Amino acid sequence: MHCQLAWRNIWRNPRRTAVILTAIVIGVWTMLMVTALMRGVSNGMVKNAVSTLTGEIQIHAQGYRSDPVIEHSMTDITRVENTLADVLPGKAVYAFRIRVNAIASNARHSGGLTLVGMVPETESQVSFIGPAAMRAGRYLDETDKNGILIGAATADKFDTEVGKKLVLMSQDTADEMASRAFRITGIYTAEMSSTEKQFAFVHMDTAREMLKLPDGISEVCIRLPDDENLDRTASDLRASLGDGFAVHTWREILSAITAYLALFDGFMMLWYVVTFIAMGFGIINTTLMSVFERMREFGVLKALGMKPWWIVRGVLTESVFLLLLGTAAGDLLTIVTVGVLAATGIDLSSLAAGAEFAGMSRIIYPSLTVNDVGMANLVVCLLGVVVCTYPAVKAARFTPVEAMAHT
Amino acid sequence: MNIVEATHITRTFQQGDIAVQALTDVSLSIEKGGFVALAGPSGSGKTTLLNIIGGLDTPDSGSIVLDGNAFEDMSRSQLADLRLHRVGFVFQAYNLIPVLSALENVEYVMLLQGVPEKERHDRARSILDDVGLENRYHRRPHELSGGQQQRVAVARAIVSNPSIVLADEPTANLDSETGKGLLEIMKDMNHRKNVTFVFSTHDRMVMDYARRLIRIRDGQVEDDVTKNA
Repeated sequence: MHCQLAWRNIWRNPRRTAVILTAIVIGVWTMLMVTALMRGVSNGMVKNAVSTLTGEIQIHAQGYRSDPVIEHSMTDITRVENTLADVLPGKAVYAFRIRVNAIASNARHSGGLTLVGMVPETESQVSFIGPAAMRAGRYLDETDKNGILIGAATADKFDTEVGKKLVLMSQDTADEMASRAFRITGIYTAEMSSTEKQFAFVHMDTAREMLKLPDGISEVCIRLPDDENLDRTASDLRASLGDGFAVHTWREILSAITAYLALFDGFMMLWYVVTFIAMGFGIINTTLMSVFERMREFGVLKALGMKPWWIVRGVLTESVFLLLLGTAAGDLLTIVTVGVLAATGIDLSSLAAGAEFAGMSRIIYPSLTVNDVGMANLVVCLLGVVVCTYPAVKAARFTPVEAMAHT
Repeated sequence: MNIVEATHITRTFQQGDIAVQALTDVSLSIEKGGFVALAGPSGSGKTTLLNIIGGLDTPDSGSIVLDGNAFEDMSRSQLADLRLHRVGFVFQAYNLIPVLSALENVEYVMLLQGVPEKERHDRARSILDDVGLENRYHRRPHELSGGQQQRVAVARAIVSNPSIVLADEPTANLDSETGKGLLEIMKDMNHRKNVTFVFSTHDRMVMDYARRLIRIRDGQVEDDVTKNA
């Protein structure tokens, strides 16, 4: 009957209850929507970064990351392939690359970029580059020994187009200048124009020939089916490959994003607490009003023999019901809102330049985890009970005579 | 055997800068099974005395023993327990819980006592039948007349099998006929169950029903008359 009494007490003043429930619903919705947007942003950043040639895991020769020159290539490819076959989970895919800094030039312009020698079929499985990324021309195939793919931003910068020539120069394994003229086979687009400006893709065999690297590769890019076994897989690869090879996860390669993600959880908790503080004043005020209105009744109950802590329990039970109702409704509203926005996305094209600078996608898909919802609900319910303790204790403190003297 | 022993009770209230002496050296005993009225004009101290007897207020000096329990030796929690199990209260303003039905209001005291659900139900129904509310179990207080609400309050006071019922101006908000009906019920309870009733009143009708009349004026016992049976 205590719960029954608490439930009925909530609805003594339906209008007041509706107001406080609305405050809780809006508070919870605000908490979760901001989190969903931020998580959508961070998911987009990670997804962009991982698909822009980073992958989940990369393997290089020791020293390559600090000095990405052709001399720091992996030559024992068979060993690498055997290790990958042993260690990687079933649905993992990987691609070999040669990756060097180069100078590109044509009659109009010259500039630096990263030359990537790749196997077209495997590369399209691990990164954004592939037939679908082509804005003009076509993707490379096995016959394109002189073909090159450049980004749309590079094409604009060099004022060039499909079919035109582009000369690339780099340093080969003999420390000589290697240069070669390529025919632009395709122009690709990427999520960020910085990607389009940075990378030019040629066939692996062409890169080997140009750089005089008959057997070596610069890196292996690995995509895993999910993030769950990331660290364990990386650790297994390190153990198997041993010295001479460096294995890094995307978290180690993309340290800025990793740092942002580490901040994210802390920021989210701070946001929850700040939002609750704004909401908490409404909750405590409403509970105080409802307690003062019933002071005489509390006096009668104490006169009948009700212990003070039972009164505290009663008031807190009412608060818990309010908080549970409000958070449940807030969760439902959020799930519907996020569900709709996650399907359509939020287009930030008008902010495109600023978004790209931060590494964000142009379209954000809000995303929530069970943990986000759980934490928000916990913060609201726990802190809600804490702030309602004051009016509850106040109700219990009056003597029966003092309480019954209230009108 | 006396159920209440009040000895040299003094109580003073502070109203701003003024100290108001509500009770001055009041001593009295009330026998078990008594039907006693504390009568006097407003401000005479009768309600204060009733509150002190019921453990709702603490005297500045003096002692109270209720059903063998000396209040000065008891903590607030123990006093609350004593009220729960030994004392019933009937207030002038009924003071029912508005969101509970008549049945639930009567059951609530037994719930606080830890009485099992079925027994609570049965006893509550039985006592509501005794006070003539057999068709009103599920009505909420706002659906009952003043007299009916006060009968629920009496039922609530009695259902816990108290040793004593303290009624503070129980007929004040009732018309004379309804008030008389209520007094008949309480008189019947007094006879059948030997429950002691102590009223605080300035209602002539209540004074007439009482077998013992203690007049209080200016915080002191002015007169104490036991009527012949």
